[in-house]
Amino acid sequence: MDFLNALVVFANFVLVPATAYGAQLALGALGVTLIFGILRFSNFAHGDTMAFGTMITILVTWALQAAGVTFGPLPTALLALPVAVGVTALLLLGTDRMVYRFYRKVRAAPVILVMVSLGVMFVMNALVRFGIGVNEYRFDDGARFVVDARTFREMTGLAEGLAIRSTQVITLVTAVIVVAALFWFLKRTRTGKSMRAFSDNEDLALLSGINPERVVAVTWIITAALATTAGVLYGLDKSFKAFTYFQLLLPIFASAIVGGLGSPIGAIAGGFIIAFSEITVTYAFKRVVTYVVPENPAPEGLMQLLSTDYKFAVSFTILIIVLLFKPTGLFKGQQS
Amino acid sequence: MTINMRNVALFALVGVLFIITGFLQSWNVMLTILNMGLISAILALGVNMQWGYAGLFNIGIMGFVALGGLAAVLVSMPPVHDAWAAGGLQIILGLVLGALTITAAVLFWKRAPAGTLRGLGVTAILIVGFFLFRSVFDPGVAAVEAVNSASTGYLGGLGLPILLAWPAGGLLAAGVAWLIGKTALGLRSDYLAIATLGIAEIIIAVLKNEDWLSRGVKNVVSLPRPVPYEVDLQRSEAFVSRVTGWGFDPVAASGITVKLAYAGLFLVVLLLLVWLAEMALRSPWGRMMRAIRDNEVAAAAMGKNVTKRHLQIFVIGCAVCGIAGAMMTTLDSQLTPGTYQPLRFTFLIWVMVIVGGSGNNWGAVLGGFLVWWLWVMVEPIGLWLMGALTSGLPDGALRTHLLDSAAHMRLLTMGLVLLLVLRFSPRGLIPER
Amino acid sequence: MTSFLIGENMTGGYGAADILHGCTLAVERGQIAVIVGPNGAGKSTAMKAVFGMLNLRAGSVRLDGEDITALSPQDRVAKGMAFVPQTHNIFTSMTVEENLEMGAFLRRDDIRPTMEQVYDLFPILRDKRRQAAGELSGGQRQQVAVGRALMTQPKVLMLDEPTAGVSPIVMDELFDRIIEVARTGISILMVEQNARQALEIADTGYVLVQGANRYTDTGAALLADPEVRKSFLGG
Repeated sequence: MDFLNALVVFANFVLVPATAYGAQLALGALGVTLIFGILRFSNFAHGDTMAFGTMITILVTWALQAAGVTFGPLPTALLALPVAVGVTALLLLGTDRMVYRFYRKVRAAPVILVMVSLGVMFVMNALVRFGIGVNEYRFDDGARFVVDARTFREMTGLAEGLAIRSTQVITLVTAVIVVAALFWFLKRTRTGKSMRAFSDNEDLALLSGINPERVVAVTWIITAALATTAGVLYGLDKSFKAFTYFQLLLPIFASAIVGGLGSPIGAIAGGFIIAFSEITVTYAFKRVVTYVVPENPAPEGLMQLLSTDYKFAVSFTILIIVLLFKPTGLFKGQQS
Repeated sequence: MTINMRNVALFALVGVLFIITGFLQSWNVMLTILNMGLISAILALGVNMQWGYAGLFNIGIMGFVALGGLAAVLVSMPPVHDAWAAGGLQIILGLVLGALTITAAVLFWKRAPAGTLRGLGVTAILIVGFFLFRSVFDPGVAAVEAVNSASTGYLGGLGLPILLAWPAGGLLAAGVAWLIGKTALGLRSDYLAIATLGIAEIIIAVLKNEDWLSRGVKNVVSLPRPVPYEVDLQRSEAFVSRVTGWGFDPVAASGITVKLAYAGLFLVVLLLLVWLAEMALRSPWGRMMRAIRDNEVAAAAMGKNVTKRHLQIFVIGCAVCGIAGAMMTTLDSQLTPGTYQPLRFTFLIWVMVIVGGSGNNWGAVLGGFLVWWLWVMVEPIGLWLMGALTSGLPDGALRTHLLDSAAHMRLLTMGLVLLLVLRFSPRGLIPER
Repeated sequence: MTSFLIGENMTGGYGAADILHGCTLAVERGQIAVIVGPNGAGKSTAMKAVFGMLNLRAGSVRLDGEDITALSPQDRVAKGMAFVPQTHNIFTSMTVEENLEMGAFLRRDDIRPTMEQVYDLFPILRDKRRQAAGELSGGQRQQVAVGRALMTQPKVLMLDEPTAGVSPIVMDELFDRIIEVARTGISILMVEQNARQALEIADTGYVLVQGANRYTDTGAALLADPEVRKSFLGG
């Protein structure tokens, strides 16, 4: 029984939150890795793209709520999501047209593009601040729990409860759908294959008659969808704050690099590796240990490896280890 | 050195901007902006070494600035003897244990034969070492932080003159830069960017959370100053009689005197660094650096150790940022870890370097002054502009929202400036020679 | 009579200095033309010039009587030209079949018959069609590369050193296949290091030196020419 209780505590505070967080990171890292594969630079504006998409979602959600439209037990934000994806896609396509395309034409070095993406990051950050400001917002509505702690305790008779929030389930379901759709697209459709071909060997793709501008445009549209979805899921699960989204850049890049930049499957694996490490290392295991080792008095201290303030240090350490020992990532990504 | 009239004119133009500010607002405000402009110029100089000489992309400037700030506290604040007695040595012992653990792990990795066992051994060393470190370190921290936590609760510093903190800040930053450079250099250029972004966030997290070291978000205030205090000047009869003799108000004059003193100190450091940087750039070493930047493959083929040179320049550039960080904290007389924002302390510096002219030291200096002035001025100008534009609108939510938005004009302006310069004038105001 | 594909008096290079100096290359319908010459003679450059990967300062390229000098490589693909680069000529992370599909990217009709033809030509590719092309051997990779180019149903196939880095047996095999391709009516223009073997299958041979034509004749005649043998074929 005690062992089961320990397991439930562990699931409640580590397994479930880390799975949801991992799915959010994976979606974010997929966007980064796609841009890297096709446009061959690390897009530092990705966090702010996520913030922009989420901001549009929130604004549309408010409008829908004001009009009395809701989505039953599901968050209204899911209704707003497609609109936000569209707006974000337009923004990214416009940015590409006005900013990035020039550097593609002159075949600028990747590091120049990275710097340009910093400029874009500034502007997007400003747009988000103009649009919604710097405050923290919660925008989840509908049912809060799929399973709440009390019901779980009554059902199982255990001392510890397991709460599964609806946003966590929504995150996972949405992420699975989005990833499945993405892989289907890349593996099965003509356009998807042409994207993989372009990412694999740009010159040969040109020789085969693949239109680079089309590939780039489709990439931005998919990135908009991935970034907005990732941002909205993160915001629903936790909350929306522009600066937090900027800070997500680090775990997202760590995920993409750990998996291997340019490798979609690597981005997903990387997302979960980072999320699980971050939450496991910063979780206080006191309660779990109390159940597993019942004879001893409760252990002193929180049994926490690292304070949650250092969660960035976890992604960073994993990143450094991967850079030191396997710079191409776990799933061999691209080098150039 | 040939004097280029265009460059002189550009510096004169920026000078005029500052003078106009002095006349329109006040000389006090102007000097405040000038002092930060001097520090910004030094920061831009450091980043320009990395980017302009070697093409290294460091976006963790904020972290190195903060390390300089920490150095200021560690050097200048008086030691807290009670805290040292309570747990100072224990903390030191803990840190030594931590360092030993990492050294042991590295040595084991290097000596042991490759294989699964080696990996397991290193993991075991790290885990055992970590818990050992925590078991010694944590009680020490608790003891130190318990000592009079409202006013101290930390170990304090060495109680030395704060000017010594400037080189100390440089050394501290250089040490951390060496660790980062050792791992991330020699890989893709973006990896250094991501690694520096990460280390900056972690440095700030350490400053915010390790109260025993930096008092965390409780801030360290009233750092000793290298220049006289305004109140002392106002009490000094010699000073008062002299400035009143010149027809100035003693209170205003004391403020200006102090700021001028700072400006003098900063100017000395700036000129010294520019001189050193110019000498370095002209030396065979500088030529080699630029050769490597322009064609790494060819330079490597000629037998140059590219990664080693990059590490060198990366460490030097970060050290300059550390010096500037210590100067900044000296100027503020306080360390407030909560105020380090990447936008202000990292990305703004990049705008300075790009606008000024990457690869040119004078360009970076010019960019530092100009962009800092813009950064300070854009907000009031934006507010004024927004006020003028919305004057036709009725007072209401929309107008309030628009007026509030003016505060965000800075970001937009800086982003646009960066994009426009990169696109249309990538060599900046004063291009590389 | 003008040739099916001709690059006439081509002069140009990548930067300020010209690499080609009035170089002329031509190939008839269904025939094989081979470009040989010493290292640095501009063989590959001449080939790239014909394919539009190089800006020409003078001269012209005509395909079936039409002037295509101003067209981009992609447009030339649409006109019926296919090019197999010397290196990086396959999509390593994609399967053999996907490589072939990408070759036919511009086609909107049913590509399966063409794919069958490629598999008939290179039977080993049929067995390996689900395998990533990057996992194949050097000779098999070259087959994928040629197969990819054939998927556009080109009228002209251009090969840049197709036998570079493959074993002599594989080389003979590849040359046999190239002859087979030519028999289906496709013109072939290729650059070769293995001059002797290549000239044996060539209807026309071009010996380039320093970006200009030195000798032009049938493959057999060049092989018989003592001057050519002495200077370029090692005796």
